Amino acid sequence: MSQYNRRTKDELARCVAADIHDGAYVNLGIGQPTLVANHIPTELDVILHSENGILGMGQAPAAGHEDYDLINAGKQPVTLRPGGAYFHHADSFAMMRGGHIDICVLGAFQVSATGDLANWSTGESGAIPAVGGAMDLATGARQTWVMMDLLTKHGESKIVERCTYPLTGIACVKRIYTDLATLACTPQGLHLINAVDGLGMDELQHLIGLPISV
Amino acid sequence: MINKISESVAQALKGIADGATVLIGGFGTAGIPNELIDGLIEQGSRDLTVVNNNAGNGDSGLAALLKTGRVRKIICSFPRQADSHVFDGFYRSGKIELELVPQGNLAERIRAAGAGIGAFFCPTGYGTEMAQGKETREINGKHFVLEYPIHGDIALIKAERGDRWGNLTYRKAARNFGPVMATAARRTIATVHELVELGDLKPEEIVTPGIFVSQVIQVVRVATQAGGFKA
Repeated sequence: MSQYNRRTKDELARCVAADIHDGAYVNLGIGQPTLVANHIPTELDVILHSENGILGMGQAPAAGHEDYDLINAGKQPVTLRPGGAYFHHADSFAMMRGGHIDICVLGAFQVSATGDLANWSTGESGAIPAVGGAMDLATGARQTWVMMDLLTKHGESKIVERCTYPLTGIACVKRIYTDLATLACTPQGLHLINAVDGLGMDELQHLIGLPISV
Repeated sequence: MINKISESVAQALKGIADGATVLIGGFGTAGIPNELIDGLIEQGSRDLTVVNNNAGNGDSGLAALLKTGRVRKIICSFPRQADSHVFDGFYRSGKIELELVPQGNLAERIRAAGAGIGAFFCPTGYGTEMAQGKETREINGKHFVLEYPIHGDIALIKAERGDRWGNLTYRKAARNFGPVMATAARRTIATVHELVELGDLKPEEIVTPGIFVSQVIQVVRVATQAGGFKA
């Protein structure tokens, strides 16, 4: 087996941030994707959208300055950058559903080679279901990117031929950023964008178990 | 003369019938009209259908309303939260019906009700279990699902400032569902922290025009508390 290192969560967030263009309107999903904000150069005008009615979301407030009327989708306190705006929920989701958000970055349980996404439910019986804005974002943003570990704790690929978990959207994921490789989803299947040093194509294809074009 | 100012929460909530559909503003803890929810608990109507983004945090507000057992059904997008134990218990023991709706569909179905739309085709949820049993249509090569409006008998919302005509402004992201819900109910009741004279709200700054509001009650400002996330 060849030698390679996994990207850390911060390295992965940096990979995603590096592909976000100046002037982009971006929605970062709950969990790992929120780390991306820390790696977007402050000199760029990348405008962060939050589903609960915020454009121009800034970083977390200093301790003692939290205002719980100004929270992100994960209900954590945030700040507003100069030039930021508040609006109601129907406008906020019009931004997503109307294709005005350039990029959304979401976590995932599974993504299929052609871009089907499963990220809202494991379908476990007895679990409390919750979907939030995931389906609207995945379907509505101009580009949906996924950020996740490639393998489950049991070593199974989260990139699959066909999702077995309940779907969030069909053929909606354009790109998958993982700790081992970045891949594009196309109607023809997976396409390699890059992989960590030392991880060859054969080994990556073996890990995922699906053909990958270069 | 129009005077929509109510003397008290109890007066504003008079006459809410059993079986009513109640739209309740708020996202997480921001914009939750807690005084009106407490008033609804006092008022005592039963067999309610509640529409909110979440299904209550902690033990107060919406969670306290659920606890009374007077909510038959909740329509929401994200019931599961770090502190949604009241809902979780009722749901697991089959004491409450849940209609899970993607958040954008929730907002748009409420908006549609307020705008007199009969139904609309929307791409969210196509091909997922959220579209099961629903009519679909291909329009210009894209797939859509038919969604119906959500009308409220009552909307309970939290605003920041208001006047006797019912004009409202909101504070920061506490706006969320308030302006949309205000349009979609036969009777909209809003709390404000500040009552002002007509003309004091700049016309350009009014977010909800008074035509959508039935009653306004002033309540003491209480800073919104954290809730709903894992610290």
